[in-house]
Amino acid sequence: MKTVKSQFKFKGGVHPDYNKELAREQPIEKIPLPAELVISMSQHLGAPAKCVVKAGDFVRRGQVVGEKNGFISVCVRTSADGKVKAIEKRLGPAGGKADAIILDTTAKPEGEVAEASGPILEPLDWRTASREDLLKRVEEAGICGMGGAGFPTNVKLNPPPGKRCEYLILNGAECEPYLTADYRLMLERAPRIRLGVEIMRKILGGPAVRIAIEANKPEAIKAMETAFADIDGNVEIVVLPVLYPQGSEKHQIFATVGRVVPEPPALPIDVGCVVENVGTVAAIADAVELGEPLLERVTTVSGGAVAQPKNVLAPCGTKYSDLIAFCGGEKEPVAKLISGGTMMGFAVSTPEISTTKTTSGLLLLPNSKAYQYVSQACINCGRCVRACPMNLNAAEIAKAVESDDIKGAEDAHVMTCIECGACSFSCPAYRPITQFCRRAKNSIRARIAAEKAKAAAAAKK
Amino acid sequence: MTIAIVCIAGVGLVAAIVLAIADKYLSVKEDPRIGMVTAALPGANCGGCGFPGCDGYARALVAGTAPNGACAAGGDACAAEIAKILGVEAAATEKRVALVKCCGTRSEAIRVGDYNGICDCNVAAMTAGGDKGCTYGCLGYGACANVCPKNAISIHDGLARVDKRLCIGCGKCVAICPKKVIELVPASATIHVLCNNPDKGPAVRKVCGVGCMGCHLCEKNSGGKEAGHFTFEGFLAKVNYANPPTDAQIVAKCPAKCMAEDAHFESGN
Ligand code: SF4
Ligand code: SF4
Ligand code: SF4
Ligand code: SF4
Repeated sequence: MKTVKSQFKFKGGVHPDYNKELAREQPIEKIPLPAELVISMSQHLGAPAKCVVKAGDFVRRGQVVGEKNGFISVCVRTSADGKVKAIEKRLGPAGGKADAIILDTTAKPEGEVAEASGPILEPLDWRTASREDLLKRVEEAGICGMGGAGFPTNVKLNPPPGKRCEYLILNGAECEPYLTADYRLMLERAPRIRLGVEIMRKILGGPAVRIAIEANKPEAIKAMETAFADIDGNVEIVVLPVLYPQGSEKHQIFATVGRVVPEPPALPIDVGCVVENVGTVAAIADAVELGEPLLERVTTVSGGAVAQPKNVLAPCGTKYSDLIAFCGGEKEPVAKLISGGTMMGFAVSTPEISTTKTTSGLLLLPNSKAYQYVSQACINCGRCVRACPMNLNAAEIAKAVESDDIKGAEDAHVMTCIECGACSFSCPAYRPITQFCRRAKNSIRARIAAEKAKAAAAAKK
Repeated sequence: MTIAIVCIAGVGLVAAIVLAIADKYLSVKEDPRIGMVTAALPGANCGGCGFPGCDGYARALVAGTAPNGACAAGGDACAAEIAKILGVEAAATEKRVALVKCCGTRSEAIRVGDYNGICDCNVAAMTAGGDKGCTYGCLGYGACANVCPKNAISIHDGLARVDKRLCIGCGKCVAICPKKVIELVPASATIHVLCNNPDKGPAVRKVCGVGCMGCHLCEKNSGGKEAGHFTFEGFLAKVNYANPPTDAQIVAKCPAKCMAEDAHFESGN
């Protein structure tokens, strides 16, 4: 095991104010169980889970309430005991609606029911368990990427035939401003992360391991060095330069092993890499060794307007309003509420939305931090082009989309955009460039889906 | 000089002969009916029929792969004419027009955020579901107005409105609206429920002053359930356009004020 400096620097990137000092020194704190949880069936990327309980049912912590519904999908388990009050369509952080279970956690089961005890799943010894058993465990524990995108982890850990994982990259960059959840996890739960890495190594057939951490987190680097000190095999901690979006999967691969993931639909596995967030790795360790599915996660509650910024361990389905109350409420009026980080998170309109497996942060920004700009015409300064880490001509894309020329945006490779926001961040004309990119990507995806449906219908005929 | 003239003339002659021969042996006979059918179609090229333009639909009609009557813009008259040309039966069509099922104007329906991003409903809907408190209602950023080939839609007070006289029923607005709040309804129907929110009454009232509460009064006042003028989805009344109500009384009696008699707005274009 050794610690090395990253030798590859990607083009572009920006330096937003990190503001991590707000919550950096706050140890992970567990929230008391809220009286009501709203457990969404769509906590991951891909098809939402299929709800298998009904109003009035009493459910036990860890019970499957939503079944995996397709290949790219994971199951949902309830994060607490309670009675299902209702099943309703609820707004998620990204603006879409999905079925959600409204759970009354104060309800008691009817009649004499023995208290639930023991682990939820049978603990496994990872040394003796087979690869298939371990993979199955990751799947039944409902684990998906906890960094933000929520890609089902069992799919990632099971490369298609003919593809081999050479590098397992641990994403501990946490380059989003304000967020410190992964940082605290690395400090406080380093041994779990190590265990998770060993399990994943076994599943993936023994790839080399690269642990990527930004240089502004020396304590985390030290903690990982201690935890991994006596590990055998090819393991390196790679210290990355502080640059946004260092935590993006593609940029992490380049920064650690110098490989470039081609344009979509290529995936990291096409260049022999699997990237996992440190939180996901710890969740895998818990699922295997303790038999504990993914039911809770660490969420950073921060931003200038919250009284006590904290790193909160909260059950999935905790309402934002409960998180805010746990952190002492609002210290000043909140001008903007963001689920996730300031660069890639989603502005939400109500604290009635609840956390999911991917909620890494909740930011309450005061007026002084939530500027409202009026966007103007492009002045062709080229700053967005310089900032774009994907080598895109962001200005051209934005102009194309503005004049409804989605084809033009596609020709300018908008599909490779990772929606990092670096372009909008650097634009002196305050143009919502990233939003233009998302608009184009959405239309293109819709068109492709429509074409596929048409082709499928034609094939049926 | 003379040589040049002779050369050019020679080349021209040879080319003319080749072309004349090619025309004789290689020409593709196009069914003259395609041109006739294309002429009979309205020529709006709106794509509402599902074919690439009126010409595309005409070809499909002549080839017999498309049903007559798919052109909403042309309506019955057009279908009848095509039937005459092709000697097939015309499927009876009713002119249909777009209806925006929402009446939550800026003053009636609350906005929960300041949205200052791109003025496009689909983008706004990607941002926290849009800035409207009611997540079912019209956002008013005019995605529908932008795709309408006839300029029949305009935005007034945060709400899209359709001019019935201009709308050709192509359905493009229906497809683009992220809130799925536009429906094609028979142009002859006069009474509409202008709301798309199936939530319970109190939840609707929290976000909108004019939303449907599902009180069933419209149903009661139009002859009860047996009369079948309305159906209900959750707590939302829907006009049964196969059997639309005609009594204007019920509009005035709607306590939520979300019903309208002939809701179509005349833009004056
Ligand atoms: S959001 Fe897209 S276009 Fe803008 S900088 Fe990031 S990758 Fe480039
Ligand atoms: S940064 Fe803004 S103003 Fe400059 S080129 Fe890009 S879009 Fe235009
Ligand atoms: S409640 Fe009905 S009328 Fe009001 S905004 Fe929502 S859909 Fe429109
Ligand atoms: S009807 Fe739909 S597309 Fe038209 S303005 Fe309203 S929300 Fe937008």
